[in-house]
Parts: sequence; structure tokens; C-alpha cells
Amino acid sequence: MRIELEKRANPSTLYSILSPFLALGLTVIAGGIMFALIGKDPVSALYSFFIEPLLDIWSLHEIAIKAAPLILIGAGLSICYRSNNWNIGAEGQFIMGAIAGAIVPVVFHDWHSPLVLPLMLVFGMIGGALYAAIPAFLKAHMNTNEILTSLMLVYIAQLFLDWLVRGPWRSPDAYNFPVTRDFAPEAILPELIASGRANLGFAFAVLAAVGLWLMMRYTLKGFEITVLGQSERAGRFAGFSSKRMIWFSMLLSGALAGLAGISEVSGTIGKLQPIISPGYGFTAIIVAFLGRLNPLGIIAAGLFLALTYVGGEAVQLTLSVSDKVTRVFQGLLLFFVLSCDTLIQYKIRLVFSRIGQSSEGGAH
Amino acid sequence: MSAVGASGGSPLLAVRSLTKLFGSFAACNAIDLDIQPGEIHALLGENGAGKSTLVKMLFGVLAPTSGQILWKGEPVRIPSPGAARRLGIGMVFQHFSLFEALTVAENIALSLSPGISLSKVAEEASRLSHLYGLPLDPKAHVADLSVGERQRIEIVRALLQNPELIILDEPTSVLTPQEADRLFETLAKLKAEGRSVLYISHRLEEVQRICDRATVLRHGKVTGACDPRQETPASLARMMVGSDVASVSAAGTNTKGDVLLEARHLSVPARTPFAVALKNVCLKVRGGEVLAIAGVAGNGQGELFDALSGEYPVPDAGAVSIRGKAAGNLGITARRLMGAGFVPEERHGHAAVPALPLSDNLVLARNQSDRKTFLAGGVLGVIRHAVVRIASKRISETMDVRKSGENPAAGSLSGGNLQKYIVGRELDRQPAVLIVNQPTWGVDAGAASRIRQALVDLAKAGSAVLVISQDLDEIFEVATEIAVISEGRLSDAYPAHELTREKIGLLMGGMYGKTEGEVAHAH
Repeated sequence: MRIELEKRANPSTLYSILSPFLALGLTVIAGGIMFALIGKDPVSALYSFFIEPLLDIWSLHEIAIKAAPLILIGAGLSICYRSNNWNIGAEGQFIMGAIAGAIVPVVFHDWHSPLVLPLMLVFGMIGGALYAAIPAFLKAHMNTNEILTSLMLVYIAQLFLDWLVRGPWRSPDAYNFPVTRDFAPEAILPELIASGRANLGFAFAVLAAVGLWLMMRYTLKGFEITVLGQSERAGRFAGFSSKRMIWFSMLLSGALAGLAGISEVSGTIGKLQPIISPGYGFTAIIVAFLGRLNPLGIIAAGLFLALTYVGGEAVQLTLSVSDKVTRVFQGLLLFFVLSCDTLIQYKIRLVFSRIGQSSEGGAH
Repeated sequence: MSAVGASGGSPLLAVRSLTKLFGSFAACNAIDLDIQPGEIHALLGENGAGKSTLVKMLFGVLAPTSGQILWKGEPVRIPSPGAARRLGIGMVFQHFSLFEALTVAENIALSLSPGISLSKVAEEASRLSHLYGLPLDPKAHVADLSVGERQRIEIVRALLQNPELIILDEPTSVLTPQEADRLFETLAKLKAEGRSVLYISHRLEEVQRICDRATVLRHGKVTGACDPRQETPASLARMMVGSDVASVSAAGTNTKGDVLLEARHLSVPARTPFAVALKNVCLKVRGGEVLAIAGVAGNGQGELFDALSGEYPVPDAGAVSIRGKAAGNLGITARRLMGAGFVPEERHGHAAVPALPLSDNLVLARNQSDRKTFLAGGVLGVIRHAVVRIASKRISETMDVRKSGENPAAGSLSGGNLQKYIVGRELDRQPAVLIVNQPTWGVDAGAASRIRQALVDLAKAGSAVLVISQDLDEIFEVATEIAVISEGRLSDAYPAHELTREKIGLLMGGMYGKTEGEVAHAH
């Protein structure tokens, strides 16, 4: 017996909707097996991982806080991926956006003005975009692989932040702890509603996602992104430039990652420290794919992935398992999403045949 | 291998009510076919008639849904190409599967079982290639070889398995007339040895010339079995198409207008190691003219199209002019705005994006030339999908594009219907200059005649039409002037009625440099 993938004549609409849910189901099953293997009751573990966080206001706010950067970054990445530019370095752009945005409250901490926050946000976007400009330049003009360059730049950004907060930007009042001074109140992103900590970052995320969805759905720019992503040659025939698209998509996703970075430090942390992200830039890649590279789908996917962070913290407390559980769940989810996506283009057939064991591939 | 007479006797391969269903669609519907030992058997049919599905089943690439395959009278199952080869069936595909960076011998060795030394393969390959009149240098790199030579590698590769039946899929579509003649001699040798050949083609003349019997397919069914020599091209075409094919009325008597498209000393270096450099190409097309550029594939046709369309502009602005204005350094959008339209060779992924609906593929080519109609919202560039859909419907109706549904994905259309849409998309604008690369490549006879007529009509209406084609029948049908491209050089253009196939063949075979004077004298 062998398993064959048979290409469908047309991509299946049913499976393109079903695939993320199928992947979720498989992730939950695999997660249950994992909990059982480490000796925990799978039902109660899954309950505290996926259901409990949805039941109280505090964790709902936590979910919104964690979903904001995931959605912002994921929406930007979806534009990149749709246009066939593989920006893997959003984590670095997030950090550089946070650093650039923090220039105002850290270096000019004596300046008090309502302009501080808008300037921080703008600087954050510029910082992220400039950092994404490095792989963009290298790809457009040196023909390097953006996957490698953008990924490697993440580590540079992380170490640069580490150096900054231990060196030149270390707060004089922090007893040698590697942190910057606390941001002044006018440099803090306001909360969204009175009931909890969730801040304006979530609003930015939803606005950006809806805006990008409108662009992809209705405008020539969105069409250009789709065409260049599917066939560079057809894009050239249409008069679109793939080089300009590299710049556009990388700068856009970099700017959104930078905005996510400065929103996070301004709204949630209130200062710079060596670690400002639990891997949002990488998790956002999963968000982008789980959301079918559709900005509206990414809002839902971002909320779900945020749940895995909050749920991971919950099981860490209640069942005392490692917080790596979160990473395992995210990895499983990406794995299953990508596998289930195969069903959109292919049918699975089991072939039972007697002479079928022939291993020859045939030359064609 | 015993040579049995072409008729009577037991067939080498027999197919009994062989059916292949894709879903509920019958690509092959109860096909019956007999191939006798030592005969050249033609399989005729339009694109989509089921020819490739049938041979894929014979070669073990596809599994039949029902029906029987009998090999020397015994029922057999052919689950894989390997099994087909072991039975004694060899196949030469239309699209070659060769590694350009490897040598001839290495490519051949790849298809054999491992453990045979390379020198042995080379020895055996060159012995076979001489035996069958297929000269090949085993040490040559594939990248350096012409398409005809590459085909020889595929044929030798099939012969190494000592097959009793060789299946050839559209073998002459990439050859010059002279190269095709050599191939026919090889086939005659194979036949004389008692081997059988299943010859797939839609070129009626050559089927009549070399084939002993023909089976005609239409819509997955056998519609006729005949001796092609007893038929006329018209009667064979009728069996293939099911009705008479409209013949194209030529552009002959047009009044000549101004020069609308001109290339002056256009030279372009090769962009990649496998590309062809254009050398000093000069051409002029007047309004009302159809200039056809003949040539064997891979002699710079694609590169010429790229330079003329502006997909790859050239530094020298004067090298290309459109309606009298220098355009060499301008991109494709600017050239479209000057009144030019373009139809590239490759439908999927160049002229159209297969996954996108037809209406989006209309926006693809006309997003700037029809900006006022198709876009709203100024700089925002909001696509007016409703307007685009109406225009797309108009094009489909004008060109008789047959499709499933109102606005299906481009990739779901058959080659002929998609090509009609792609050509119609440009004609709908009434371009002053139309540049078409291989307008009917892989297109069925009905669609091809429609497209050719549309090109001729456009020229009659006063536009300049440039057709790059490998199909000499097509060239003689549409052209008022003919030039030949070879190794990136373009010959002078001659009035179509002054040229014959033989002269074009000489020009094609790279004789241009040497015999330029002689050919010019001949006129």
C-alpha cells in the first residue's frame, strides 16, 4: 500500500476554510497526548490551557495585550509573504522599533509634551522600517536570500538592545539593573478601556489589519502584490516591478513590527530591558499562516495564539509544567496548519496494488 | 524481434475499451486501438482530445479506470513507467527532462539503473546514435545543444532499453524541416527492424507522409481509424475537429501605411548563461503588414519579444520605436500607452496568472492603458471589478472563449480558450502595434484558425502586427512579410509569396551568416 497525493483540478474552497480548524483539532489532540505522556490529566490540562483564560476579565485583557503585537506583525508579514518576500526577521524589526521609539523618552527624558507619544510611535515605525531596509536592499540589489539575512539580523538587534540597556542607556537609578529609566507618564500608551491593562496597541493592530485587508481586496496595489507573489514574470508583463515590491513589502512589514515594538514597551513594559518580547516576531509567522495570509483571518489567529501564551502561563501555575509547553503548542499548530494546507491543492489517495511496490520513479 | 507484416497477424499492443475518468469527466472513453509490429501508427487529435491521457496510461503514468491493455495478446497492468520499460515500451516526451548543466552521457546514465559505468553508457549511446542516424557527442553539455539534438538524447535514452514500441509525443513541433526529415529517416530504420512507433501529432502532412495507419480521437473517443495516405488533410482535419476548419483569408491586399514598429540595430547581451544574445536586429513593420519571424525554438525569439515589449528595456532609446517615437529605454507600461499590445509565448505565469480569475487577468495587461475605465479613487487605485467583469465578458463573447462559469480561474481554461482570451484582451483595445510570440502554440485547430484570422483582420484595419512563430503553416497563412531569426540574428524580411519552405529552412539552420548573399541573390 502507498499513499498518493493527487493534484486537484481546482483548489478546494472547502478545505481552505476547513484547514485551520482541522489543524486546531489535531493540535489539541497532539497536546492532549503530550500532557498524558508527562503524567497530567489531558482533559483538565487542556481545559486550563484553552478554556480557563477565556473566563475572566483579567486574562481577556492579557490576551488582547499579547494579541496586539501578533496581529500587527502578522498582518505586515502577510503582505510580505503574499508578494513572495520571506521576511523572517520581524523579531529584530520589533526590537529596533522599540529602541528607535524609546529615543524620545530615554534620551530626552526632560522634554514633556503631548507630542512625545506620537513622535515615539513614528520613530518606532521608522526604526522597524529602516532595519527591514537592510535585507530589502540586500535582496533587491545584491540578490541575497532575505530569509537568511533578515533572520540573522534578529540576533544583532537582540544583542544591540542588550548592550544599550547595560551600557549607555542604563538608568542611573536602577541599582545597576540592566534597564533604562521608566518612561514618563506622557510616554505611556493609554489603556483602551477602564476594566484592565489592554492598551491602544490592540486598536492599532485591528486598524492596520482592516486597512491592509481593504488594500488587498479592492486596490491595484493589492492586485500587484498578489500577481508578483504568484508569478514575477506575469508581474513584469503587467508593468509591475518586483524590485520595488521587495522594498514596499519589507518596509511596510518592518514599520508595523516597529510599531508593535514601541507599543509593547510603551504600553506594557514602560521601559527598555534586555528581553522585551517572548518571540512575538516569530510567533507572528504562525499567526500569518494560521490566518491564511488574510489580514482579517490574522486578527482571529492572533487572538488564538495569544491564548496559547496566556494558557501556557496558566498551566505553568496550576499544573507546574514548563512554560515551554506554549512553544510546543505553537510549533504543533504551525506544523499542522502547513500539513492541512496540502489538502487544499491535493487529494489523498490510498493505493492498494500488487505490483505497485515498484520503486522506480520513471523519467519524465 | 520478429518482423511481422503491418496488417493481419496479432497486434503488438491492443487496447480494449480503455477508459480514464477524472471525477465524472471521461478524458478517455472506451478507446480501442491496435498497434501491429513494425508499423508507424499515428494518434491524431486536437488538444484535449485525450491523446496524452491515453499514452500516459500506456506508459504507466496514469492508471486506467477501466478497460484492458493487451501486450502481445496477454492482458497486462502497467503500474509505473518502469514496468512499461520492462515490457518493452519506450517514450519520448514532448517536454524534455534533461539537466542542462550535465553532459549527454550523464543525462542518459541518470535514467538507467545505477552501477553502469559512465564510459560504458557513453560507448553504447554513441553506437546507437550512429546506428540510427542520430549523431550525438556524449561528452557535450546539454546546455550547448539545439532542441533537435536534445530530442536525440531522449530518443537514444529510449532506444537503450531496446523497446519494441516507441511512443513519440509531438516530436517535430520543435524541429526545423531539415531536422524533421532526419527524424523521419530514423523512424523508417526503427520500422524496418520490426519495431513499432506510436506517433502523436497534429501535423497532418507529416502523418500522411510517414504513418501507416492513424487513429483519430475527439473528446476522448475514437472517431476514426484510417490509412492516412488515402485521406486528404481536409478529411483528416474534419475527423479531428468534427467540422470543417475555417481557412484563414490572408492579409495579402492591404494598403501599406506608415512604419509603426521599428527596431534599429537592436543588440542585447545574454541575460543568463542559457539565453541568446540579440545581434544587430533591424526590422520595420508598417500599418497593414503582418511581419512573421520564423525560426527554431531557442534562437532568440523570447529575447526579441522581451526587448520589443519593454519587459527588459534596452539602454539605447532609438533601438526600438513605436509609432515613430523612440521607446527602447521605456518599460512595457509606457509602450502600451504608446499604442502597442503584447502577447507573450507562455500563457501560464507570463501572459496570465493561472490562479486568478479571467477578469483579474484583464487588469493584468490593461491596468494603466485603461486606467480611466478600470480604476477609481485616484491614487488609491480602487479596481472597479464590475466594470472589468463586463469588459471581460465582452472579450469572451467576441473571441468565443469557452469556459465553465462566468469568471473562472485562467488556469481552468484549455490552452486554446485561454489563448483566445489573451489575444482578445489585446485586440479589444485596437492596438496600433501588436507583437505576438507563438500565437497558437499548443492550441487546437479551431482556436488557432480563429486567432490567426483575428491577427490578419487587425492588420487589415491598419495596425502593424509582428508574429514570432515556429509554425511554418501558420506563418504562410498570416504573413505579408517573413524574416528568419537564427542565433539571435534576424535575416532581411522578404515578401511572403517570394519564400518557400526550403529557403526558410536554409535560413533557419544557421546558414544565415554564410549564405546571406546567395539567398539575397536568389530573389
